Amino acid sequence: MTRRRQRLILLGVGMAAVALAAVLVISALGDSLTFFYGPSDLLARPDAATHRVRLGGLVEPGTVSREGTMVRFTVTDGKSSLPVRYAGVLPDLFREGQGVVAEGRLTPEGGFVAETVLAKHDEKYMPPDVAAVLKKNGEWRAQQ
Amino acid sequence: MAAASAIKAIHQTMLRAAQPARFVELSGMLIPWVAALGAAMFVAGLVDGLALSPPDYQQGETVRIMYMHVPAAWMGLFVYALVAGLGGLGLVGGHPLAFAAARAAAPLGAMFTAVCLITGSLWGKPMWGAWWVWDARLTSMLLLLFLYFGHIALSRAFDDPRRGDKAAAVLGLVGCVNLPIVKFSVDWWNTLHQPASVMKLGGPAIDPSMLWPLLLMAAAFKLIFFALWLVRTRTEVVGARLRAAASRSRMEGER
Repeated sequence: MTRRRQRLILLGVGMAAVALAAVLVISALGDSLTFFYGPSDLLARPDAATHRVRLGGLVEPGTVSREGTMVRFTVTDGKSSLPVRYAGVLPDLFREGQGVVAEGRLTPEGGFVAETVLAKHDEKYMPPDVAAVLKKNGEWRAQQ
Repeated sequence: MAAASAIKAIHQTMLRAAQPARFVELSGMLIPWVAALGAAMFVAGLVDGLALSPPDYQQGETVRIMYMHVPAAWMGLFVYALVAGLGGLGLVGGHPLAFAAARAAAPLGAMFTAVCLITGSLWGKPMWGAWWVWDARLTSMLLLLFLYFGHIALSRAFDDPRRGDKAAAVLGLVGCVNLPIVKFSVDWWNTLHQPASVMKLGGPAIDPSMLWPLLLMAAAFKLIFFALWLVRTRTEVVGARLRAAASRSRMEGER
């Protein structure tokens, strides 16, 4: 066996070991790397009632109401939904039916008080006229 | 059999081109053409992306940041894979040009990664409402920048350049685990960052009028990188020859 082949095998074994270690670490970390939880996941977490958490989902259409600087809306993941209350400036992309990530706390009454609200958009990009045609022809699908 | 002999012929040709003297000659001929084509495509991509392409139905004019951000991100990942591959080639085959090419590429990859992070921040503030969040995509991309910094520092940390090259090559190979994490972070975990728009199952989710300028810019970034990489590798090769000549003449003077 030449030295070059020996080094190649050593490199292959080393890379395989590193890859295996990475897979183990990532699977052990599990969902602690997640940025936010949907309403049903959040309500299932025992620490959600006592800690600052991030709630993510879609702004349910027809639920946005404003009184002064206070905004109320409902965040849904299709299975469950949570009423959110927020006093502050909303990002430009905040819209009904759009993705949103709210950071704050659950209230004892079963609502959510947000301290910050971030907008999350999907991966679709198109000109306004194309979007209008799709909507007109009924081919528009909300976020999957 | 024909395929095997063809591969052998290509390998021989590449080895010949990788001989230092031949490389300096070849790269000298290539650089002006690659640079000129890259610059022309960059200008065309900028005009198409910033002026001719339509605004987005949701993001409006802000979407134009994409034409810098996405190609820079792709290059950050691509160059890292290249640096790691060259490091592996140097470790196994011991060809000096592989290490020189890796040393030359790493700062360029770091630059692309930094451009991606900076333009991403400028894009995140108006769209998401935050300059920065610690979600899996952004954090793994920042880690990529630090891996580049580690590679650059390690490759220059020893008096014996061979030792630095080898240490940096090992770091480069280990850091490869971060590449799939960057790519799939948006699928494996909930992130504020959007999922992939172009390289995804089921084809791109971008309208062709916006996809073409994006691909044009991506090609321009590749060519510009290639030209800069050739220049930097050439400088490394010529520098090594100068150092060798200087130490030879020192030894002759001492005699």
